[in-house]
Amino acid sequence: MSATTPETVFCAKALTKVYAMGAVEVHALRGIDLELYAGEMVVLLGPSGSGKSTLLNILGGLDTATSGEVFYAGQNLTTATERELTRFRREHVGFVFQFYNLIPSLTARENVAAVTEIATAPMAPEEALARVGLERRLDHFPAQMSGGEQQRVAIARAIAKNPSVLLCDEPTGALDSQTGVVVLEALEKVNRELGTLTVLITHNAGIAAMADRVIRLSDGRIVDIRANDTRLAAHDLSW
Amino acid sequence: MGALHLKLIRDLWQMRGQVLAIAAVIVGGVATLVMSLSTYDSLLETRDRFYQQYRFAHVFVHLKRAPEPVAERIAGLPGVATVQVGVLAVVKLEVAGFQDPVTGLLSSLPDTGPPVLNGLHLKQGRWLQPYSGDEVLVADTFADAHGLRPGDRLAAIINGKRKPLTIVGVALSPEYVYQIAPGAMFPDFERYGVLWMGRDALAAAYDMAGAFNSLTLELARGGREKEVIVQVDRLLAAYGGVGAHGRADQLSNRFLAEEFKQLKTTATVFPAIFLGVAAFLLNVVISRLIATQREQIAILKAFGYGNLAIGGHYVGMVLVITLIGVAGGVALGLWFGHGLANVYMDFYRFPSLEYVLDPRVVLVALAVSCLASVSGTLFAVGRATRLPAAEGMRPETPMAYRATVLERMGLQRWLRQPSRMILRHIERRPVKSLLTVLGIACAGGLMMVGNYQRGAIDFMVDLQFRHAAREDLMVAFVEPTGSRALHELASLPGVRRVEGFRDVLVILRHGHREYRHALFGIQPDSVLHRVLDRRMEPVQVPPDGVILTDHLAEKILRVRPGDRLTVEVLEGHRPVREVPVLGITRQYLGVSAYMSRDALNALLREGDVVSGAYLSHDQDSQQALYDQLHARPRILGMVANASAVRSFYATMGEFVLFFNMVATLLAGSIAFGVVYNSARIALSERSRELASLRVLGFSHGEIAYILLGELAVLTLAAIPLGFLVGTGLCGLLVLVFESDLYRLPLVIEPYNYALGATVVALSALVSGLLVWYRLGHLDLVGALKMRE
Repeated sequence: MSATTPETVFCAKALTKVYAMGAVEVHALRGIDLELYAGEMVVLLGPSGSGKSTLLNILGGLDTATSGEVFYAGQNLTTATERELTRFRREHVGFVFQFYNLIPSLTARENVAAVTEIATAPMAPEEALARVGLERRLDHFPAQMSGGEQQRVAIARAIAKNPSVLLCDEPTGALDSQTGVVVLEALEKVNRELGTLTVLITHNAGIAAMADRVIRLSDGRIVDIRANDTRLAAHDLSW
Repeated sequence: MGALHLKLIRDLWQMRGQVLAIAAVIVGGVATLVMSLSTYDSLLETRDRFYQQYRFAHVFVHLKRAPEPVAERIAGLPGVATVQVGVLAVVKLEVAGFQDPVTGLLSSLPDTGPPVLNGLHLKQGRWLQPYSGDEVLVADTFADAHGLRPGDRLAAIINGKRKPLTIVGVALSPEYVYQIAPGAMFPDFERYGVLWMGRDALAAAYDMAGAFNSLTLELARGGREKEVIVQVDRLLAAYGGVGAHGRADQLSNRFLAEEFKQLKTTATVFPAIFLGVAAFLLNVVISRLIATQREQIAILKAFGYGNLAIGGHYVGMVLVITLIGVAGGVALGLWFGHGLANVYMDFYRFPSLEYVLDPRVVLVALAVSCLASVSGTLFAVGRATRLPAAEGMRPETPMAYRATVLERMGLQRWLRQPSRMILRHIERRPVKSLLTVLGIACAGGLMMVGNYQRGAIDFMVDLQFRHAAREDLMVAFVEPTGSRALHELASLPGVRRVEGFRDVLVILRHGHREYRHALFGIQPDSVLHRVLDRRMEPVQVPPDGVILTDHLAEKILRVRPGDRLTVEVLEGHRPVREVPVLGITRQYLGVSAYMSRDALNALLREGDVVSGAYLSHDQDSQQALYDQLHARPRILGMVANASAVRSFYATMGEFVLFFNMVATLLAGSIAFGVVYNSARIALSERSRELASLRVLGFSHGEIAYILLGELAVLTLAAIPLGFLVGTGLCGLLVLVFESDLYRLPLVIEPYNYALGATVVALSALVSGLLVWYRLGHLDLVGALKMRE
């Protein structure tokens, strides 16, 4: 990170999210104030039900806040229409999911191409796959790949559009630690080489060591924001 | 099991749209079955009750004239219980305000009391006064057609003498349920009517005092029809008897029987096709629906529910859907059945409709529907329960896809990823894709069956009246006449061409097969009344030998050209001759046997004699010509082709059209149910994949393209296949509908195809819109998580 004031990508103010589950109201977020900066790697830590995923979904334009505001590069996402949110996701956000969510009927290359075809300034699918070390698996279908490989395809798919933010919800949650490390290495490489703001949800404290900042959530509130003095390389992590 | 029951009810409520769509498929099949069979059963019951209550006779015979005491001798024959004699007169009628020629059949009623056999049902007015001179009862069809009521007057030309008549009542008779003029193709209630008159008055007007020309009898218990007929014929031969016959050959009953046979075919074939297709679709739809419940089944297993309990749960769910469909189908079927039966009642005229629904019909509907849905359920549940519970709860492992044939052929360059997804998804699951295509094709084919008959009937009528029977008018003489009479006809106003014919009632025999019918002698150079060969080209009648309609030759008598046929004439000296069969003709309406007129004259050992003539005339002078013909005592009746066609469409067409309309409607409901379910199930199978794409930034329209594109491809593939299925089903109809009355030609009009394609395409469009709407409400967040 440079010493100059970093550019703010996301700015959230007093975000709350209330789900009405029948007669009961569930407060998923109870007033979040947060700024996320370009190029940093942020880990969201917290037990399940702490609101991590809700926060990530609101940042990614998948969900809307009950009150408060979120700005992406000056654009107010809280008031955006469905069409504007789709456009926002299409142009600026890369998603990586716990269960990969690849399209089974498309090869690795085609899964990436599915996104690059609708993006404005994408990289070549081959390049994206090379960045995650899958240059030799271009024409394999999801069914022909291991879980770690599938997740790396998902990362390649997420970065191929040159997004300004990469949102990862438990990307290693379905993987063993060895494979998980390979996936994290891929994320680390992307963050370093492309300078993409990367937000990573985990409930695994071990992973926090690779982040610039670690944000802890509990019961819908931020309880702690801690900056790591040094980031640990992914291959030095263990859990 | 309380919780499972609750789940069942909530699940059903959750998928109520699909439940209704599946029920619509069942409704289509069941309603067709209930409508058809209940109508058939009701008409049969109504007819039988009418025949029984009004003592419809068993044996009928017409003769020239026999003195009253002959009746006593016949009554004394063994096997005969009751005999009733009377006078029958074919007359010309004059109805005020109606210009066309009208033929009437005057039948006598005893002056001494009500008729013992063939009783009348008095619908309106009163009975005849004994020995009244001018009172008549009229058949209600005729009364309705002309708006006649008791008190109205009309006139009859009886034996050339005009006699004014007063209507005192309107009646129905088991003898004339189906009223058709001799020589006519179709009933024409306006131009042909049956009237009843006192015996004394009719006999006086018709020169039949102390004599009779019609006899009907009831067999004694154990009496044999065949033996009685032989004896009656022997006794009446000296009095010009035209051959006694049983109910099977009684005109009204014979037509009625043929019609009922058709109706029965309709009532079995249509529902069989509809219910069969519906059952197939139900099976496919249900098994796919259950397949989407894979994870729920795994969870239930994890809870410790046994396979039996889980199977039972889903069978219960499907049975509820099936019962909704069957109940709806029975209700709709009854409603349509009532409508259809009433349309028939308009045509056949029974005293009252006995509407019956055989509970067995409902049981069949229930059994077939349940069998189809339960087997589909068990198949799918069986497959789902074979999975270990833990595996079932995980999202399905990605299926193994590969590049499609199209892509391997090098088309890949032109296909973007969404298009590849469509193609690969179709190819990856060929059986499922095929079943979907087949399902939609069947639905489209049904649409074609629904309205196929209309086009076929149009074709038959067009062929009959524009290519074969092209005369404007058929004129019948009171009795066979020298051919000089033709010159007289030719000189009448506006007459352009006259072709004489000789017809005689015969029995055609080949081996043990026989057929009672008129044998027509026509002019070899006929231009108006032509005989068509198999290629629909006119052919000349040969100078000797007969030519027969294909159906009569091949299906009834089993003769081929070159075979010899025995012709037993039933009139005059009743000669029996052998003649060669020289040709086969194509005819869809009725059956005919033709000879050259000279040959028939020679066979009858008579001179140059005609019994009637075909006429063409200028339209302008039609009325003048009708008046002239009406005034001639030797001319008995006239049948005008144009009015025959009109009356056909007005009456017979009505119930064919009603039936077709309903069948089309039900086929449409099946089509929609299938297409909508295919779309909905595809949606639930792929919502996770599509939601992922939405998260990645695909727009609503772009993911809709992937899902609906597949539906569109399958629908487009199904439409031509549906044409094939429809043609096959129509071909099946042609086979099963073959009868003496008509054979349907396999002519499928462009609008048949158009309707099939349109309804399928519209169903796809509406389903697509509904699915489009649902795609707008995909759970994007849920897609990121594990499936629940």
